[in-house]
Amino acid sequence: MSKLVTLTIDDKQVTVPEGTVIVDAAKKVGIDIPVFCYHPKMEPVGMCRMCLVDVGRPVIDRATGQPVLEPDGSPKVQFGPKLETACTTLVSEGMVVVGMSEKVKAGRKDVLEFLLTSHPLDCPVCDKGGECPLQNLTMGFGPGESRFLYDEKMHLAKHVPLGDLIFLDRERCIQCGRCVRFQSEVVDDPVIGFYNRGRKLEIRTYSDPGFDSYFSGNTSDICPVGALTTVDFRFGARPWEMRTTASICTHCAVGCNLAFNVRREAKAGGDIVIKRAMPRQNEQVNELWICDKGRFGYHFAESGGASPLERLAQPLVRRGGELQPASWDEALRLAAEGLHQAGRELLALVGGRLSNEDLFNIQALAQGLGGKIGLDTYMAGGDLVSQVGLGQGSNLGDLGQGSAILVVACDLEEEAPIWWLRLKRAVERGASLIVANPRPTKLERYAAHILRYGYGSEAATVAALLDAIDGKQNAANSGIKAAAEAITGLGNLVVVYGSEGLGLQGSQALAQACANLLIATGHFGQPNNGLLAVWPHANDQGAWEMGLRPLPDLPAALQAAKALYVAASDPLGDDPALAEALRALPFVVVQDLFLTETARLANVVLPALPFTERDGSFTSGERRVQRYYPAVLARPDARPDYAISGEICKRAGVEAEISSAAGVFARLAEKVPAYQGLNYRMLAQTAEQWPIVGRPDVYYGGTAYENTQGLGVQVKPGAQDGPPPARGALGAAPALPLQAGERLAVPVTRLYDHGSTIAHTGLLHARTPAPYVALHPGELPASDGAEVQLSLGGQVFTVTLRLDEALPAGVVLVPRSLGLPLRGPQAVELKVK
Amino acid sequence: MTDIKQYLLLRHRDIAGLDQLETYRQSGGFEAFQKAVTGMQPGQVTDVVKASGLRGRGGAGFPTGMKWSFIDNKNWPHYVVANADESEPGTFKDREIMTYNPFQFLEGLALCAYAVSAHEAYVYLRGEFWQVAAILDRCIAEMEAAGLLGDKLFGTDYSLRLHTHLGAGAYICGEETALLESMEGKLGQPRLRPPFPPSFGLYGKPTIVNNVETLTNLPLIIEKGAEWYRSYGTDRSPGVKIFSLSGCVNKPGNYELPLGTTFRELIYQHGGGLPEGRKIKSIMPAGASSSLIVATEEALDTAMDYESVPNVGAQLGSASVIVIDDSVNVAWLIHKTIEFFKHESCGKCTPCREGTYWMLHLTERIAGGHATSQDVELLHDVASQMKGKCFCALGEFSIEAVLSGIERFPQDFEHE
Ligand SMILES: Cc1cc2nc3c(=O)[nH]c(=O)nc-3n(C[C@H](O)[C@H](O)[C@H](O)COP(=O)(O)O)c2cc1C
Ligand code: SF4
Ligand code: SF4
Ligand code: SF4
Ligand code: FES
Repeated sequence: MSKLVTLTIDDKQVTVPEGTVIVDAAKKVGIDIPVFCYHPKMEPVGMCRMCLVDVGRPVIDRATGQPVLEPDGSPKVQFGPKLETACTTLVSEGMVVVGMSEKVKAGRKDVLEFLLTSHPLDCPVCDKGGECPLQNLTMGFGPGESRFLYDEKMHLAKHVPLGDLIFLDRERCIQCGRCVRFQSEVVDDPVIGFYNRGRKLEIRTYSDPGFDSYFSGNTSDICPVGALTTVDFRFGARPWEMRTTASICTHCAVGCNLAFNVRREAKAGGDIVIKRAMPRQNEQVNELWICDKGRFGYHFAESGGASPLERLAQPLVRRGGELQPASWDEALRLAAEGLHQAGRELLALVGGRLSNEDLFNIQALAQGLGGKIGLDTYMAGGDLVSQVGLGQGSNLGDLGQGSAILVVACDLEEEAPIWWLRLKRAVERGASLIVANPRPTKLERYAAHILRYGYGSEAATVAALLDAIDGKQNAANSGIKAAAEAITGLGNLVVVYGSEGLGLQGSQALAQACANLLIATGHFGQPNNGLLAVWPHANDQGAWEMGLRPLPDLPAALQAAKALYVAASDPLGDDPALAEALRALPFVVVQDLFLTETARLANVVLPALPFTERDGSFTSGERRVQRYYPAVLARPDARPDYAISGEICKRAGVEAEISSAAGVFARLAEKVPAYQGLNYRMLAQTAEQWPIVGRPDVYYGGTAYENTQGLGVQVKPGAQDGPPPARGALGAAPALPLQAGERLAVPVTRLYDHGSTIAHTGLLHARTPAPYVALHPGELPASDGAEVQLSLGGQVFTVTLRLDEALPAGVVLVPRSLGLPLRGPQAVELKVK
Repeated sequence: MTDIKQYLLLRHRDIAGLDQLETYRQSGGFEAFQKAVTGMQPGQVTDVVKASGLRGRGGAGFPTGMKWSFIDNKNWPHYVVANADESEPGTFKDREIMTYNPFQFLEGLALCAYAVSAHEAYVYLRGEFWQVAAILDRCIAEMEAAGLLGDKLFGTDYSLRLHTHLGAGAYICGEETALLESMEGKLGQPRLRPPFPPSFGLYGKPTIVNNVETLTNLPLIIEKGAEWYRSYGTDRSPGVKIFSLSGCVNKPGNYELPLGTTFRELIYQHGGGLPEGRKIKSIMPAGASSSLIVATEEALDTAMDYESVPNVGAQLGSASVIVIDDSVNVAWLIHKTIEFFKHESCGKCTPCREGTYWMLHLTERIAGGHATSQDVELLHDVASQMKGKCFCALGEFSIEAVLSGIERFPQDFEHE
């Protein structure tokens, strides 16, 4: 804990840690000093000069070193000749800050007048109008009339696409540099910058494609004027027309807190529509940020009712070989009959996009009928995360000096962008980062130790690290030894594992190796220690907590089943090779938003509701249980998954709760050990967070940031207060003998893929690659960009070839969810076309 | 008339061919450097410079030895950068030094590097100085060949390399932190200070930035000692200074004189006075960044040193003395200075970026004779509004001529 300093700001006394700047100290006691360029998550720059205040310091007698006193005995305070910037001036003992004198107010008026000389004053048509710091401060402190001749204003381009997601209005930009600093300081994608000088200073993008960053949308939130807008919101609505609802991003396991701004719209026939998604402050999860997938990726839920890419409008049942509209009653009855009949030969296949409540009711149905249930995923190890996951009270924002972080088999920026950003910050605070991966990733820029292993040696590498820590010298190379030394003796250890190059077997073995490392070194069951799995879906961990497991052999399970019940999963869409097995099934029920490939084969298709139209809860990778709320009205003929499954339960004679998500959660909290004692009310609790956002001053962003609907609850892992966990065997590495002409293919994850949510979000299409494979240049006599034929599991795909020097030799990298069905490492053939 | 019998800085005026290494060495060149490296601790060099009272010639007059002693000795490596941006309108002294007496300057740079234990030193030149850069590059190559630069100099463990670096022609890049940003390949904008360059400079490493003229003083100070140096100039402004004289004078040019010489002596004795029939109206002692001094008799008799010039309402700055005569309209003059500052404002901070732009519109109207009296008042207001609020001194410089011009020469702003 650093030294505390006491000062006075506008007659209020405040005590803050040394090193705090005046604006932040003022915030603490409810005083909002106006700022433009300052942002609490970035280094101060003092450019805009808006935060000028009068600063006095106690006069110290040079000879005695003692404060000089006034006749009345109070310390004599000396004010400087100039106003000082409160965003860059550090507090000091006995300082006196005057933020509301005539002199200071005049200073604010002066700076505002300067800014307004170049400002187009087009508030009536500006997206920021209503939540604009420039507008608000002009109302508060600005001049009442313009002394600058309107005709002398500089006219600049007003619709500059910086990329395909963000537009810049050059006239509105006040050159505060927040966007530029966010991109370089916070996310290390310095793809935009200032160009030229003086009044010609302007924002430009330096990347191709423009503004190439997964975090670009955040700049539109922190821009203090309407200069940066997102394509999907610009000219869409006025801030005061919109309400805010709390939600949770469904795109990865981080569980970023979202705010949806909604309004009723004539265009939509008077319906409520979502106008934009913004981050909702949760300093323990996403702070003030979200990635562009989270911001733009909700549009999938909005698609209308016509094309096959559009959402299902009503239940369908198969009549005379054709899927035809049916009533809910009929569809549910048919589904219940068919599933009931299959009984023990029922197989339920669920995706990690489903809420805890949905999974609970589907599990109830499968178990009630004596059938099987499987989690559709390619990544395993969640049982170990339940045991030695992050201790309750963990916050990646607390990791720094004294913490070690091991990230293995993961391209974190692609798999969980906000975790990438938070671990980067942890390193900047002094954490020691070890990155183990077969190929370079962006996270390595921050690594103290880089461990390079061959695909297939994930678990062995972590095991070797543990051996080295244990002092077994034999197997370890020097890199591993150095990494082992870095971990030894540090207070905290967080191990993050992903699914780079791995399938179920490999990821389970890796998770076990990671768990063993944590157990052996005692880094479990306490805050800021433990195992973190980079799951592909928002609620994969929730599924594991509930006891759901992946099916080790999906084709075999399909063959053995008589009826299949699929929710939030599309086995056929993911792998066309499953067509035969699926066709052979006597009875298939699919519950989804869209008419998926699997749904086309189904006997009954039940339209589900997206997360924007219902409530529920997810359990994030950090095992934080978080609630989301309906943002817009539910489409009339679709229902939440938990209700659909509940209705089937009822008709199939299985007991289930269907009244509300809260009701289902109450039940599952009784049954699922991790959630004992939890309820919806607890998930909705909030607490004061730092930095403070959401006061009438909107300087730290737009109006949606404030978290009023819940920070969620991080649940204890089994090993916290429970019996000590034991190390487990890693299991044999899967053997993959290659025949002549075959190569080893391994799956890797890309943020923008062809998964159903992106596929239905047109905005991100331009950034989503066509199917490709990547390999080291020496591997194939073909040039970058050539078309090649990939034979995979008996099917042939034509794909683009990408050559990359950084890749290890001897493997073919196949991105997941880009139309190439690779669930784990596999032998493939590759031919130049 | 204070005649200096021998030049200390513009020694090429005394010695022909001083830009040749051989000639320079024959005139005692590099003896100071050798003496320092082989016979003095770095700290001793700093002590001599401190004792000499040498103050920075880049404008601020900061004591040079004191600046060196601020270098952070816990953070390595150290760098030295010679500020050869020389962009102040009316300043042209560094260019003469580097063109005709390059070795003395480079020796000074080497001495500074030795004093702060830097092994790499740079010369940052404004983009237009590419010909000067070529001269320096030639000199550096000759010094390397002669064993005056490189590893294990004079048989010691000290190594030093010098490099030139051309900017892109921006006045703001003369400001030392903007200069460092520019050297790092970034946009030339000043940095937030503190930290100051001696603790956080080039690439975040402790760095000393000194003006070319400042550095050129060093070889003689080390060779002849602090006491000798103090025999020139005044007690608080010791030494000689090159005054760049321009404007309405008969003999514009660089004049090397002791600090404390009066304006009158510079303008009338050395500069040959004003052309026939003209009367002196005003003096700008620090180029475009100056306040306008009303050229009274008292002002003409003011000593040109760091302490005295403020008494007549201006600063010595880089000592580029621009003489303004009675044919010049001050409204026109400040329009010219504002044109310059508006063009050179880096745009980082609001008051300067917007204020210079606004002032230009106003001075254009005023100088063009289209203004109303409110425009003059407004111009004064705008300039006053900028005062004390700018991020760096450029913005503050920009209003000096405006405010002093309107206040001291109101008749030039009167309209029919
Ligand atoms: C706008 C501005 C322009 C400047 N231009 C120069 C310049 O061209 N040359 C120079 O030596 N110093 C210039 N300076 C001063 C430098 O910032 C710095 O004080 C100086 O280089 C330090 O060297 P000295 O201590 O030897 O004077 C400038 C300062 C400002 C604010
Ligand atoms: S675009 Fe916005 S955030 Fe970026 S510099 Fe301009 S005003 Fe600031
Ligand atoms: S990091 Fe993950 S949870 Fe957060 S916004 Fe992006 S996809 Fe959504
Ligand atoms: S005063 Fe401001 S805009 Fe002007 S040069 Fe300095 S930093 Fe740049
Ligand atoms: S200068 Fe302090 S907020 Fe911009």
